[in-house]
Parts: sequence; C-alpha cells; structure tokens
Amino acid sequence: MTHADSFPMVRNVGLDGMLVTFADKMTEASNRAALAFRGALENAGWEGVLETSTSLASAYVRFDFAQLPHAEIEARLRDLLSSRDWYAAPLPAGRKLWRVPTVYGTDLAPQLDEAAAAAGLSTEEAVRRLSQSRVRVLTIGFAPGQPYLGPLGPEFNIPRLQQLNPMVPEGALVLAISQFVLFSGPTQTGWRHIGQTAFRCFRPEMAQSFALNPGDEMLFEPVSRDAFEQIRADNADGTGGATCEEIAA
Amino acid sequence: MSLIVNRIGPACTIQDLGRGAYLDQGLSRSGAADLLALHEGAALLRQSPMLAALEMAGMGGEFEATEDTRIALTGAPMQASIDGSPVVWNASHLLAKGQRLTIGAVLKGAYGYLHLGGGIATEPFLGSRSAHLTAKVGRAVAAGDVLPSGPDKGDAGRKLTPAERFSGGLLRVVSSFQTALFDPETLKRFTQTEFRRGPRANRMGVQLESPGEGFAAQGQLDILSEIITPGDIQMTGTGNPFILLPECQTTGGYPRIATVLPCDLPRAAQAPAGGTIRFQFVTLDEAVALHEAFVKDLARLPRRVEPLVRDPHDIPDLLSYQLISGVISARD
Repeated sequence: MTHADSFPMVRNVGLDGMLVTFADKMTEASNRAALAFRGALENAGWEGVLETSTSLASAYVRFDFAQLPHAEIEARLRDLLSSRDWYAAPLPAGRKLWRVPTVYGTDLAPQLDEAAAAAGLSTEEAVRRLSQSRVRVLTIGFAPGQPYLGPLGPEFNIPRLQQLNPMVPEGALVLAISQFVLFSGPTQTGWRHIGQTAFRCFRPEMAQSFALNPGDEMLFEPVSRDAFEQIRADNADGTGGATCEEIAA
Repeated sequence: MSLIVNRIGPACTIQDLGRGAYLDQGLSRSGAADLLALHEGAALLRQSPMLAALEMAGMGGEFEATEDTRIALTGAPMQASIDGSPVVWNASHLLAKGQRLTIGAVLKGAYGYLHLGGGIATEPFLGSRSAHLTAKVGRAVAAGDVLPSGPDKGDAGRKLTPAERFSGGLLRVVSSFQTALFDPETLKRFTQTEFRRGPRANRMGVQLESPGEGFAAQGQLDILSEIITPGDIQMTGTGNPFILLPECQTTGGYPRIATVLPCDLPRAAQAPAGGTIRFQFVTLDEAVALHEAFVKDLARLPRRVEPLVRDPHDIPDLLSYQLISGVISARD
C-alpha cells in the first residue's frame, strides 16, 4: 500500500514524547497501523520508555531522555517503522469482543430519529445497520476509559451538532462523523444521543478500573426498554449485561 | 496521627506527583500543579517527595491536630497562624496536639501547600493519592474530613528560600509536533507578545489574554484530535492560548503551538490573575540541559534547608513574652 511521502511521520511531543503518525485522517488502516505499532513498542520493552498510547492515527511514547536520549529513541522508532508495512499489519493479539445490550431511541436516547434522517435512512434501517456494525475501540480519551468507536459506514458521516446537548448520561451511545462515543460519565456533547446502555467504561471503585482497551471490538445489540430496565436494576458489576469473548489472533 | 479539617476553601485537594501511565485509558496525570512545592515540603520535613500533601487553590482552612504533628507550608504564600500566632511560610513547624492551624487567602501566586510529617496517607488509586476532579477521581477536601498522616519522626523548625515563581514571568518552551501548523509570522508574534493570565484558571489549564489578533493555526478546524500532555499551549477556536496543566484532557482537536518545559510549569500554574507571561523558544538540546539542571536543583533542596531562627521581627506576639513587665528584665 502506498502513502504520501510524509507518512509515517516521527515528531516530538514536547520535551519527553515522540509521536508516530500514520495519516492525517482516521481510516481503518491508519488506526490499525497505530494500534499495531504501539503493540510492537510494548513488546520491544525498551528501557527508558515510561508509557505508550494511541490516538486515532498515531502511536505515542513518553520516555526518560536521561536513559534513552532523543536521537536514540528516534533512530529506534525509524528502524521499527521500516521493519514492515504497518498499514498492512494485523491488529495486536489479546483483544476482546463486547456485546452490549442497547436501547435505541425512546426517551432514553432522544436523537435517534434525527440522526437517522441526517443519514438519509428510516429509523428502523438506521437501527438495523448500527446494531450490526462491529466497531473497534479506535482510541480512548477525552474522559477516563471513554472509547471512540468505528468506523461506521459512510452514510453515518453526519456532522456534530451546532448546539451542544446540555447533558447526556453515563452509558450514552452517541453518533457523529462515522463514529460512536460511549460516554464514561455525564457530559455535554455535540454528538447525537442515539442509544443508551448500562455499560460503565470507567469503574474506579473496582479492581479493574477500565473496562476496555484500544483495539477491542463492540457490538451494540438492541434490547427492549423493559429488558434494559431489568439490566439496569441489577448492574453491580457495571457491565450492563454485556458479554465478552476473546478475539482469536 | 491526623488533622481534623474544621473549615476549608472550595478548591483544596490531596495531591502527590500524580499517576504516570494511564494516558492510553484517557486519564491524565493529575498531581500537584506546582511540583516544585512538593519537593520543597519534602526537603523541609526531610521526607520523600513522593508523599502526598494538601493543595490549596487561593484559600486555605482551619485544621486541628489530634496528636503532635510536624507540618510544612510551601508554594504560594498564604496567611498562616497557629492558635492565633502568625507562622512563617516556606518553613516547617510543630503543631502540638489540640492546636489549630489557620491558613487564609493567598498573598501572591495561586496554589499553597500544607504538608504533614509522614505525608497524607489516604488510600491510593492506581498508584497515586492525587485527586483528579475532572475525571471524577477523588473529591475536594471538605469540612469535617480527617487528613490521616503516615508514620513520622523527626523535627520541625526549618525554613527554605523558595524559587520565585508567584508573579508570572518568562516561560521557556519547545516546539512540538503541531508547532509547524503555525506560520513563522504567527510564531514570531507569539514570542513577542506580553500575555496576561486571564480569569479562567484551574487545574486543567490557565487562560492567557493579549490585545490584538489571536494566534490561529492553518487549517485549524480540520485537525485530527491528537495526544495532549501537560505544558502544551493550546490555541482555542478564537486563537487564545491556554497553558494546559495536570488535569488536562488526554486528547483534543485544538492545535498546540508549543510546550512549556517542566521546570517552568510551576511558574505557569502559580501565575496570578493579571500576571504577565512571555514565552521563549529553546532548542530540544537546551531544554534537555535546563531539565537536567532542574532535576539537580531538586536533589539539592534538602541541603538548602536552614534552621528557622526566631528573629524578633518574626514574633508578632512579642508583648506576650512580657519583655516589658519585668519578668524578663535587662538585669536578669
């Protein structure tokens, strides 16, 4: 696969970070490359690396430059980059598939009809397509544990709202620009609220505080309002009735 | 040992050096806004800078010791007294059982710190005791709370001359991965502008204001959301800069023009409203050298601590010593 000369790009992030960027747009391939490269960085286990993470199309590494000087880590990153075609790399192993019971629409998620119309679909057709879209955790950010999920089909490339939603609750499934966000806490947003789950992405009181990892996949399966209320009433573990299985490498 | 909180300002939280490795989960570091103050408090009490302290934004509170407790006061100077007698800031003191420590409003700067001998020993979360209110980790300390402290021994009555950082000034910055989105003319204007700290300032970031045109990047609206780190100077939609602090978001779409060096972040966080701020670019090599010097200075802090000799000028309750009544007379 060929790319513009400038990508992948290696640049510094402030004093103690480096960013390896695979594209200036989020695509399935640029996101996969970022996740795969970060996986390789973690596996390499270089002394002096303090943490790694990914954004939509980049891998980030923070390092102790007293141990691993800038020139040294940059050379190593370029070596690792040239070791393979990262745009064709498989996703890292150890990922999970989550199936999350979801109420689409109703008073719980009042912007479904509006989002379907913006996508040029009937509400029923929008729900059918969204509920069958197996989406990837593209990155986690903005708030603790909160995933950006996608890519959804091009018909869902709908703009963010001009006016912010005053507040959507934890577990809200919101939609814009061919992506979902599953909110980890109540927040204002310019994304349309199309589904409601009882899935808690951030569970600070539990031993495993974060439910998801970048690269995991999710399916938001429709349930009735009644079924959802039963799930919500018995949700001590915070999973909101979700099931989880390993994705075979 | 512990301190009872009788009264407290609205924005006081427990902070340590922060939690370092959860950017991949959308959780920024948190930790003290003025990390230098944590090191100063540790030097005054001869203990580890890893221990947690109480960070007080703007206003302190009233605290009561349940046992004899060593304390230290650092960061932005605030009015402080023990049982009504003023005590010196940037110093360690003994707070005897039952005594009340009163800390008032900040005199200059933004964040003052109260350190306890043995550190504040609340339950850590993901390896740190730092509250992160924007992430809903921990909460502000409230009246009626008890601040438990860890095991402690040692003395008090020491002082330290702090690095001046409470009225704004020059901040050294390095280029970062989005600096090139700003044209050379804008970058030049950025370093030539004298900014004033605006009214919006908290642990997420500090707003800067300047007269005239803003500092927009090319293609600002189409930039993909990218990693944010503390110290980044973010340009909002109006082209006004925000210096991002320990509770910043982990990713965002506003471009960052440069990143403030860690050694100058305490000065950024402590700038008072209206304080002036200027920026100077340094090369990555210069920044590494400045950082190494900063780390060495931190390591040398314990050796800069001196005994707190009570100068008569520091004893405002001089009359209560009865120098005049004859109990202590010139002939004694």
